[in-house]
Amino acid sequence: MFKKFAASTDVSGQTPVKSSVQRSIRATILSSWSIDAETLEEIWPKKEEHLAIYTLHGEPLFFQHFDGPIYPTLRLLHKYPFILPHVGIDRGAIRFLLAGANMMCPGLTSAGGRLPPADHALAKGTPVAIDAEGKEFPVGIGIITIGTEDMKKINKDTAVESITYLGDELWGIRKL
Amino acid sequence: STTQQDAAAPEKVAVPPVQMFYCGVCSWPPEYCEFGVSLSKCKEWLHDSRPDLYEKYYSEEALTAKLGTISLEAQSKLEKDSAKKEAKAEAKAEAAKKKKLVRALLVIIKRIERNKRKYVTSIRGLEIFDVDLKKASKFFAQKFATGASVTKNAAGIDEIVIQGDVSQEVYDLIEEANEGGEGGGGKGGKKGLDVLKGVVVDNIEMVEEKKKKGGD
Repeated sequence: MFKKFAASTDVSGQTPVKSSVQRSIRATILSSWSIDAETLEEIWPKKEEHLAIYTLHGEPLFFQHFDGPIYPTLRLLHKYPFILPHVGIDRGAIRFLLAGANMMCPGLTSAGGRLPPADHALAKGTPVAIDAEGKEFPVGIGIITIGTEDMKKINKDTAVESITYLGDELWGIRKL
Repeated sequence: STTQQDAAAPEKVAVPPVQMFYCGVCSWPPEYCEFGVSLSKCKEWLHDSRPDLYEKYYSEEALTAKLGTISLEAQSKLEKDSAKKEAKAEAKAEAAKKKKLVRALLVIIKRIERNKRKYVTSIRGLEIFDVDLKKASKFFAQKFATGASVTKNAAGIDEIVIQGDVSQEVYDLIEEANEGGEGGGGKGGKKGLDVLKGVVVDNIEMVEEKKKKGGD
């Protein structure tokens, strides 16, 4: 069957397979091969790392990890900055975000940082655009780990988990 | 009543995107180049391509305003760190480039068959030993009274191509050039041979290649 097979021309498309279809395929394998469920799980785990990047004409637009929140790419956010709520980090925190670190409360509660007022408080689990002190455009996208009001009150430990930032691997992908 | 809908409903138009401008060197928005590894190159590029933006981000006022909430001390430390990072990244890129060219510190002298009776000699890897390829090719052309040129072949590796089969002679010349100054002797001494100095003779490999033109 594969005597004359070229990946570039003979593969019509790749799509993630629906879980109902996945289940029926697993069942077929278990019944027709001499393999037990544990070994099959080793080869083909049900819960594998699932990062989905949605693209248009090869250009990544948004992505989702497992069943988590859907994030826009930073490039997309630059074009439409209003699609996410914003928080701001102070100048000193910028280089750490650019190295992939999560943002700690003091970086947002300080004079150079910026958090929304109480009536627009952001809850844990909210995807946010991360602005930088003195800069026009957001430097990254994160997710709130403790609500903005708690950040102001407690002012300790992680406030925003860094999801994607300027210059990371995703930034480098112009076309998939 | 149902007329509410068509009464004053304005046409919903899509919000146009912000027109982003990214640095041609590091791909980031120019305001962030200072946190990257190529600030000096980024500045130069911006100065040439968008002097208006250069003025916006690197003018005196812009630089003082940028200080923001960090001290002068912290800012100068940041600049020093960034210069160090840039130098490091450049050195790394240079090393990687050299490594790519070298793979093994080897000079390969190839005898490539052109026609049944005709050959060309290709010398690859001389520049690893800091040989000036242009001068070397001129020297070879003169020595062998034949054509010699520097060409860039697959993957950007420069090689010297000499018409005819002079592979053995090339080897001898390199050997002679690196023998160490035991005086001139022979054909008028080491005139021009110096251009081949620096090559480690043990690192030369001689290869024969049968090249079929237009086949396959």
